[in-house]
Order: sequence, then C-alpha cells, then structure tokens
Amino acid sequence: MTIILAIESSCDETACAIVRDGKEILSNVVSSQINIHTKFGGVVPEVASRIHVENISTVISEALEKANVTIDEIDAIAYTLGPGLVGSLHVGISAAKTIAWMYDKPLIPIHHITGHIYANAFVAELEYPLLALVISGGHTELVYMKEEYDFEIIGSTRDDAIGEAYDKVARVLDLGYPGGPKIDALSKEGEASYKLPKPKVDGIYDFSFSGLKTAIIQAINREERNGNEVNIANMACSFQETALNILVDKSLKAVEEYNPKMFVIAGGVAANSRLREIMEDKFKDRDDIKLIIPPLYCCTDNAAMIAASGYIAYKHGKRGSFDDGANPSLNMD
Amino acid sequence: MKEKVFKTTSIEETHALGKSIGELAEEGFVILLDGDLGAGKTTFTQGIAKGLDIDANVTSPTFTIQKIYKGRLNLYHFDAYRLEGISQDLGFEEYIGDDGVVVIEWSKFISELIPEEYLSISISLLDEDSREFKISAKGKKYEEIIDKL
Repeated sequence: MTIILAIESSCDETACAIVRDGKEILSNVVSSQINIHTKFGGVVPEVASRIHVENISTVISEALEKANVTIDEIDAIAYTLGPGLVGSLHVGISAAKTIAWMYDKPLIPIHHITGHIYANAFVAELEYPLLALVISGGHTELVYMKEEYDFEIIGSTRDDAIGEAYDKVARVLDLGYPGGPKIDALSKEGEASYKLPKPKVDGIYDFSFSGLKTAIIQAINREERNGNEVNIANMACSFQETALNILVDKSLKAVEEYNPKMFVIAGGVAANSRLREIMEDKFKDRDDIKLIIPPLYCCTDNAAMIAASGYIAYKHGKRGSFDDGANPSLNMD
Repeated sequence: MKEKVFKTTSIEETHALGKSIGELAEEGFVILLDGDLGAGKTTFTQGIAKGLDIDANVTSPTFTIQKIYKGRLNLYHFDAYRLEGISQDLGFEEYIGDDGVVVIEWSKFISELIPEEYLSISISLLDEDSREFKISAKGKKYEEIIDKL
C-alpha cells in the first residue's frame, strides 16, 4: 500500500489531496480563487500567489484531517513542478519541500498535464497504448503514451490554447469569465449560423485557434457595419462548433494512425458538455477503443490527479530534489 | 521619435516583418506590441523569434503571462492582457535591459514598467488578412533600426 500526499498550486486553485495506491481518494481539498479573479477577467498572478500563501497550510491540514491519516503514514509527497504561474508554483513547491524535509519523505515532481491525464485513473484502468487530448486554459495537446508514464506530444497549439480562445471570445461577446461554461451554455440556445473559417496549420496534429478568434471579431465588425444586430447565441454556437470540430477531427485522425486501446480527454475543457456529446457519438461504434472522459470533479485543477500521476511516477522511481525550482514552462517529454 | 508604417497582407508577410526586426535586435532591446484582440501580436512575435534564430514554436503567453525562449538572444515574451486595471510588482523589470530581447504584448496595461527607450509597434486589423504596423522608436539605437527597415 502506498499513500501519496499531493500539492497543486499551478494556477488559481490551492489544493491538497491524499490518495491510496493511485486510485482511492482519501481526501481532495481544493480552495479556488475563481471569485476573486472573476472581476479581473482572468487569473492575476501576484494576487494568486498571495492567496496561495494564505491558504496552503489550512488546505494541507484539512486534507490530512479528512483522510484521517497521520503524516507518518504518508509514503511520499508529490507536487506540481510546472507548468504554471511561477509565483503560484513556488508556494506549493515550498510547502512540499518543507513537509518532505521535516518528515524525511521522498519528493515526486509532477508535470501538471500528466496529472490531468492520470485523473482518468480514478474512473478506469488505463490501457496502453493510449492517446490523450489535453485541453485547458493553457494547453491544447495530443499526447501519445506508448506505455505507462511515457509521454510523447504529437500535436499542440501553434498559438492560443483552446480554453484561452474560449475566454477571449467570451470577452469579445461580453459574456464574462470564465468563458468556457458561458459559451457552452449559451450555445444550446443558438445555432451555428455564422460561417467561420477552419484554420490551416502545418503539422497534421497541430492546432490553431488565434485565427478563429480574429474571424469572430471580424464577423461582429461586419455585422455592425451592415447595421445588423449580432446574434450572440448563434455566434457563441458557431465558435463552439468550429473549435470543437477541430479538436474532434484531429483526435480521430490520430486514432487512425496510432491505434490506441484507449482515448482519454483531460483538462478543464473536458468539462464541455458539447464536446462530450460529440466524442461519445463518434466513439459509440468503436468496440476496439475505449473513450474515457473524466468526471467533472477531475476536470478542473485538483491535487488528487497530481497524486494519481505521483503514484505511477513513484513506482517508476522518479524522485525530486530540494534544488528543484518551479519551472513555468516545464516540458512533458 | 521616428515612425514608419508598414502594411502586410498575409501571415507570411507579418512573419517576415517581425523577422527583419528580430534580426536587427540587440541585447537589451525592448519591443512593445499593442493592438486589439486578433490584431496579430503573437503572430508578429513568431516572426521576431525567427529573426533571433529561435527554433521553438512561440505560442500565446496569455495564460502564463511570460514565456522564455532560447536563441541567438533569449526572447522574453510577456503578455499583460490579464493585468488590465491592476498595478502590482511582477518582476518584469528584472528582464528589461537584461541579456535578451523583451517583447511585451498589451504593454499599455503595464505602462509604469516601460523604460524610457523602446521600439513601439501598434498593430491594427484592416480587413481579413491585411494589417497595419505603425512602428515608432524612442531612443537612438531604436531609431537606427527604423532606418534599416
């Protein structure tokens, strides 16, 4: 039996979780700053790190208390090394190092995105080879895993991340922050009546969302110039359908080439209801491949997923050092 | 203050214009990029990166506020988009005038951190593919760049 205590603070959630054998969540405490950042229309780094400092100790003791384990029973401390906001990462890393130092526990540095992928281990036995579509505010990546804890990025965004595109388009449409849930909800009331171009990119699995954002701005300007009122629900729906279809098309293309046993979706945008619907439809006749979409509680940032990835990393002998500093642009492979 | 105006009609031309500035850039350069969402600030920075012999793909730094790339000179790519309306110490000034080239998108949101001399580029979207780049220089070494463009 292995018990991992994990700390995550890469963005605006301060989180600590305790997980047994990578599967059983004993506690999963998340303190979100989303209300504070809402009025700024995004995460504010310096504000974020100060709040992390205020929250971290409480979050850790609450996680231990809820899990009903003592620090002695913990086998290792996993923590998010990157990527993320440097000031925010520092807070979690310092806490992890402090606990490891005080109680003589091994440290396990974790790449945030591997956490999102391994969040799926809470709902399914992961099978390899595996393809993961990682979609969030800062990421849009197709990751191929030939075997356990082996990551190869086969495609990524050339400009904006999908979640960032949602946020920026929501801002243009005056829908508020965070943009993902707002556009997703509003799209249900509209139809994809505006024709938007599909961006061209060189790499077959690479993405581009910057042009789509520009196309929306131009479509709005055009309507206003012609004296037409912009149908916001239809514009939201047109954006969502175009953006999601890009994700789905590239995913299916990768499935054809890599023949994975499992396809998993990871990251905050995995919570999108329309994406779930399209993917479930596309995979419904595929007996040869399992589609796993994490439950909503696993999609947003939390520490249980860092513990899940940490457990596998621990088994593979991966260890951190007290010299490791936050790495805001940490590579996965 | 010297000023020149350029027009590009494709992504390739925008990259080429950025590249020519990247090639002329020297250690400690500060380049400010302003323009609305979708104007092409990140696309232009991709060109600058090419001119600095950076192989890595330059993506939007909005989420992490800052990204660093290694090349002939390091590129410190900042994005102040999320910092509108707030004033705080982010440590940006540690990079300004340092060993690389600093590119700041949405510089108007952190005007208090901008040094006295810089190259300022204001981008506007004309229509689907064409953009106008208004490039102005403050300081002698930046004015020389404008002459060479």
